[in-house]
Amino acid sequence: MKTSVKRAALRAAFPYTVPILTGFLFLGISCGFLARASGLPVWFPLITSLFIFAGSMEFVTVTLLTAAFHPLGALSLTLMINARHLFYGISMLERYRGLGSRTPYLIFGMCDESFSINCAVTPPKDIDRGWFMFFVTLLNHAYWIIGNTIGSLLGSLFRFPTEGIDFVMTAMFVVILIEQWQKESSHTSSLLGLGITLLCLIVFGADHFLLPAMGILLVILLILGHHRRWEGGERT
Amino acid sequence: MTLTEQLLTVGIVAFATMLTRFLPFLLFPAKKPTPKPIRYLGQVLPPAVFGLLVIYCLKHVQLLTGTHGLPEAIAIAVVAFLHLWRKQMLLSIAGGTIVYMILVQLVFV
Repeated sequence: MKTSVKRAALRAAFPYTVPILTGFLFLGISCGFLARASGLPVWFPLITSLFIFAGSMEFVTVTLLTAAFHPLGALSLTLMINARHLFYGISMLERYRGLGSRTPYLIFGMCDESFSINCAVTPPKDIDRGWFMFFVTLLNHAYWIIGNTIGSLLGSLFRFPTEGIDFVMTAMFVVILIEQWQKESSHTSSLLGLGITLLCLIVFGADHFLLPAMGILLVILLILGHHRRWEGGERT
Repeated sequence: MTLTEQLLTVGIVAFATMLTRFLPFLLFPAKKPTPKPIRYLGQVLPPAVFGLLVIYCLKHVQLLTGTHGLPEAIAIAVVAFLHLWRKQMLLSIAGGTIVYMILVQLVFV
């Protein structure tokens, strides 16, 4: 009985993850390849994709690993980049609770893509929702690990001039920014993010601009929010 | 960075990521409404962070020397053009990256 419930949930979950399959394989391969091109050991992408599982953060992790050791910088940058997950968690409080040992894994694996599917999709009535969400998360995690591993192995096998491959990260963030730009009703936050960070880069230099930029952004957003009585966030 | 420092960095990133995912479940009881400032930040922070990340990626571009940031500007324009035209994330990313690699390896050398 139990296995058939699981199998039905897996079969229901898989089609929703197919778009993620292609996306994560491509981005995972790029990320693993980038790690190898940056001189990290071949097993490193496997470790990071297994334990971190946060797409954009893993690209940033590669750049952190090739720079000077800066634990506090790594901590604050991760908190800032992944702060959005706080709000995913808030939306999933009720849905992810009370599922026994699946609950911690669901929360661990709550990347943007797993969250989007589990938040938006209501599985058919005869499917167990807990197992459905579990398999969505597990499949996405598996795609990401497989992509990273393939990328890392390809990076070891093929030697072609890789200079400039790190632009894959820039391109990814530009695409995300464009998609957000088209969705939002006001561009204040996007422009503040670009403007304040650029200003801090000019003032503090490439090695010291991130912490001040994050601090100033947070303060300005809070002042603006207080001014607006916390109404009218900019996304629909 | 030594291997130990690299593993420590991975540990810190993993820990901070988990903190952002588990914290709401530890802080907020299921039935109580989320505080307004928290919800507000949830809406305005993501666009600001991705703006920050774009600049972060370009932090080593020198406008006054070298290639004056031209390869980056051209490649970003290609990404934006492809994305506005076809709305295919993979095409936009792959196209922009290939153009950038050609530019820095063959054109701006």
